[in-house]
Amino acid sequence: MSKKIQLGTKILSANEQYAQQNKQLLTDEKKPCLNMISSPGSGKTTILVRTISDLKAKIKIGVIEGDIQTELDAERIRATNAPAVQINTKGACHLSAAQVNSALHKLPLQEIDAVVIENVGNLVCPSAFELGENDKVVVLSVAEGDDKPIKYPAIFSKAKVLLINKVDMLAGTALADFDIEKVKADTLRLNKDIQIFCISAKTGEGMQGWYDWLCESVGKLK
Amino acid sequence: MHETMVAKGLLDSIIAESEKRNAKPTKAKMSCGTFNTVNDEVLLFAFEAIAKGTICEGMKLDIEHKSIQGKCKSCGKQFDFNITKPACSHCGCDKFDLLPDPALLLEEIELETD
Repeated sequence: MSKKIQLGTKILSANEQYAQQNKQLLTDEKKPCLNMISSPGSGKTTILVRTISDLKAKIKIGVIEGDIQTELDAERIRATNAPAVQINTKGACHLSAAQVNSALHKLPLQEIDAVVIENVGNLVCPSAFELGENDKVVVLSVAEGDDKPIKYPAIFSKAKVLLINKVDMLAGTALADFDIEKVKADTLRLNKDIQIFCISAKTGEGMQGWYDWLCESVGKLK
Repeated sequence: MHETMVAKGLLDSIIAESEKRNAKPTKAKMSCGTFNTVNDEVLLFAFEAIAKGTICEGMKLDIEHKSIQGKCKSCGKQFDFNITKPACSHCGCDKFDLLPDPALLLEEIELETD
């Protein structure tokens, strides 16, 4: 004999409890927080380095860096004089809210205006784990191809901002088949409220739109 | 690879619910939205591996995938969203809102009784 019991329990509740704690801490400290997600090599760190430098008179950003191994990304952020805490996941494909919780306690929150979490390079798993952030930002570089919103819809459906990076590469002939309008249309179908900015963190092209969004959003959430 | 985290969350919940009722679980049913990108084969393998030596060893796990729902702006009906044919399946209109992805849920467990 057996007995059925109806439950409806959230399976990732352990992560969600930590995410809730992070959200509470960030709200109490009035620090807006973004969770940046993309494939490896899309240019997340380069975007952050340029953003931190260009906006240093307006916003002080603290960064939590997630990588499988090495301190390389945190060192690049620290070279701009911004505080950075590196998390090494040692193989795990996404950051968990518990890891972010301990990193938040290591950041000098009193000295910064906003926190950006740079997730482990992966377009799939990080989208399933809330970290306590206000918004997600997804980065897609043109070298990855214009079919990514359809192939990896979860993150494109959940993000508040899409940064299409490395648009300077479209000037040559090698990547002439990357269709920006297709990416925009496919993404808007999944997420009608998403803001899309075409940028090159290398040349600075298009960055102003992203800066304006960031400053406005940090101002609103503070 | 996040299936191992899902497996661990499932195992902890099933053990807690079973111990509360002092019974051994034989079967569990979970559900997830398609955007949760859960791979059945990987999840079942991970669950079997971490259930070894616990009261969940050898139990059966059913995984139900729920499609994302779109709500048509023209006819107002809900439909299963298909990313390669993004339009209302009732009236063909391509103006719709996507509803949130169903969460990962442990829906039900079956316990052995005497």
